[in-house]
Amino acid sequence: MAEAAHRYDETMPLEYRTQESRLNILGFWIFLGAEVALFATLFATYLVLFQRTGSGPTAKELFEVKDVLIETLLLLTSSFTCGLAVFEMRRGRLSGLLTWLLVTLLLGAGFITFEIREFIHYVHEGATMQTSAFLSSFFVLVGTHGAHVSLGIGWMILIIIQLLQRGLTPRTARKVFIVSLYWHFLDVVWIFIFTLVYLTGMVI
Amino acid sequence: MKWSEFFVTGEPLIYAADVAIVLTIIGIVFVLTYFKKWKWLWDEWLTTVDHKKIGIMYIICAVLMLFRGGVDALLMRAQLTAPNMKFLDAQHYNEIFTTHGTIMILFMAMPFLIGLMNIVVPLQIGARDVAYPYLNALSFWLFFFGALLFNISFVIGGSPDAGWTAYFPLASNEFSPGVGNNYYAVALQISGIGTLMTGINFLVTILKMRAPGMTLMRMPMFTWTVLITCVIIIFAFPVFTVALALMTFDRLFGTQFFTMANGGMSMLWANLFWIWGHPEVYIVILPSFGIFSEIVSTFARKRLFGYKAMIGSIVGIAFLSFIVWVHHFFTMGAGPAVNSFFSITTMAIAIPTGVKVFNWLFTLRKGKIRFTTAMLWSLAFIPNFVIGGVTGVMLAMAAADYQYHNSYFLIGHFHYVLIAGTVFACFAGVHYWYPKMFGHLLNERLGKWAFWLFMIGFNICFFPMYFLGLMGMTRRMYTYAAGLGWTPLNVVATIGAVLMGIGFIVFCYNIYYSARYGERDMTGDPWDGRTLEWATASPPAHYNFPVVPEVTDLDAYWAMKKNGNGYEVKEEQLEPIHMPSNSGRPFLISIAFFIAGFGLVFKWFTLAIIAAIFIILGLILRSFDDDDGYYISVDEIKRTERLARKGA
Repeated sequence: MAEAAHRYDETMPLEYRTQESRLNILGFWIFLGAEVALFATLFATYLVLFQRTGSGPTAKELFEVKDVLIETLLLLTSSFTCGLAVFEMRRGRLSGLLTWLLVTLLLGAGFITFEIREFIHYVHEGATMQTSAFLSSFFVLVGTHGAHVSLGIGWMILIIIQLLQRGLTPRTARKVFIVSLYWHFLDVVWIFIFTLVYLTGMVI
Repeated sequence: MKWSEFFVTGEPLIYAADVAIVLTIIGIVFVLTYFKKWKWLWDEWLTTVDHKKIGIMYIICAVLMLFRGGVDALLMRAQLTAPNMKFLDAQHYNEIFTTHGTIMILFMAMPFLIGLMNIVVPLQIGARDVAYPYLNALSFWLFFFGALLFNISFVIGGSPDAGWTAYFPLASNEFSPGVGNNYYAVALQISGIGTLMTGINFLVTILKMRAPGMTLMRMPMFTWTVLITCVIIIFAFPVFTVALALMTFDRLFGTQFFTMANGGMSMLWANLFWIWGHPEVYIVILPSFGIFSEIVSTFARKRLFGYKAMIGSIVGIAFLSFIVWVHHFFTMGAGPAVNSFFSITTMAIAIPTGVKVFNWLFTLRKGKIRFTTAMLWSLAFIPNFVIGGVTGVMLAMAAADYQYHNSYFLIGHFHYVLIAGTVFACFAGVHYWYPKMFGHLLNERLGKWAFWLFMIGFNICFFPMYFLGLMGMTRRMYTYAAGLGWTPLNVVATIGAVLMGIGFIVFCYNIYYSARYGERDMTGDPWDGRTLEWATASPPAHYNFPVVPEVTDLDAYWAMKKNGNGYEVKEEQLEPIHMPSNSGRPFLISIAFFIAGFGLVFKWFTLAIIAAIFIILGLILRSFDDDDGYYISVDEIKRTERLARKGA
């Protein structure tokens, strides 16, 4: 860190102005690289196991199109609103930023609600995590994504509180920017889940 | 659960260990209280975010773990010395080889190197700390409490017993019903999180915090190897995280990933494990290569030969490390095409490694060699490691591997690469950088005794294992029949192990002896070093460099010495220095991780959830924390610097 942490650069966007912020944003990008490796492993596990259904149901028998489609729409929209929030932040408008963050948060909560409903539905049909290797890998892959989204919601709430307390500073701006990176990343992962798990599962 | 199941009972060795643990804890508490050191411990160590102190703590833990793993090894050698020994029973032997392997790789080799990285890398690149000092403290404490959790399995609940590779179905509830393998899954997970964060931390530190003038191609070789190691950590550790999580789900929640029924696939574990596990062995060997490069160059008084080729080699090794994992189970039956692919990639690793060996040899050529202890370890590394490497290429031939697989030939091979590579590097690095850590040198005479005892003992211990393997002795067998003809070589191996143990004791005595009588390092540059860490005082001030140095050459400090008077600081150049504040939170969060982990091991989910709430609370407090660190005033820097110069 050292005094470099306070090397202030007026010409950069708010979230990049201090050296500490630049380091943190780079570090978070690298962390996302590790997350890519993590999800890649979960996807690989799923692809290895997804036809090994044992005595349990297959993907085709199980998946509900409607719920998954609603989840997808909610999450993709939330990624767009999250982008709008950062756009408002770059224009220096705190109220716009807060509004769009709140909308993002609600959409994320909606996504989680529908996902939980979907899971409960499967469990009622007798398809639990313990039924077969396919279902174990399905629940852990999709559940890990869901846990990430839930964590993101909690994180965003903390940042909204800080924005209300402290306003738009280089520090809070950096936090908004980093949580937005995280949110978009989860969106990208969901696109893969949607195609590789649900679409593929409904065809094969 | 009954108390008699909670505590491990029935073995005199365990009771002795129980007594020893209780006495040690009472002793530590007594000493801290008697000398009124509790506040010192908290202020100076438990809450520190200083990379140098964190590094020292890593190394202390690693030496303790070397002791623990070494005792495991000696117990195994005692059991195998003669046929039909009754010293350990089969179960006890299983537990001991499991903890030996796990501890030596994950709680000894890796933290030892991470400790050296912590101490050296910021100094070598002319930085005042790492990119994220708070995160660095958290990494350390997660490693520490992960290691602690793993180690208490010995007396509470029972040790894991499915080998350090924990292959399924052996590691499943069905065949390993106790809590031992829960410890494995949870403790490694906790310390693994710490390692991943270290990887990110050092990658950013090296990329963004180098002194002005230090381009990537002017970076010291050790820093280069750490950089590449960080990249491997970042892409390999998440795989392990997932593998361990799936193992935890299988064992605690009854999922079917690696089971024998309902579609589970036990070989999936072996694949996931080694997709992490093979890069892992390069995580412990690449920094070792870096350490040897620094030492060979310093004590041959020459610039490192083939700097660019060295970098190309480590990048090549890092790439190849991700595409060789199947060579750990050629016998799985993946078919000739798959085995051939992995056979060729494995052999290909010998090429960049060979390039490096020749570079070290050419660095030595026509050098003015000084045979210090650090240099002896480095010189011994080259031939010993080559023996390990050549037998590795033999193992890489898939067809031949059907003969070698899981025999003592393999045991010989990987001990030759891991001990001659990593352990020699740890000893070499400790002797080399010891003055930088503590301000005094390790005694050379005792250091050389330790070196010769350990190095000769190592060869006596492991060279016979190649032949034992060819004679048919397989790995992990706890005893053997008298008529097999394996007894003489096993006796020899045990003698070697004892010599290594004596070497280790001499090394530990040297630490004590040198603290009392060792030569004080007043110059900060006892070896006539080439890189920036030698420009600082020994030990360096809290802020490392009063003025950030300008780098003009690969051997930055060497160039300063040749072109002028070294690293000079004029008082008018001084500016207030910004430093991060200490925090007790990383320590406390890690305790919560420990308690949560303990709860998971025993399936006490209420306890685990309560501890998890504390973890989340710690994260929330961190989010609201707006401590910006503090400034060290110019006056204080002047005072510190004058004091340091008066010493010199």
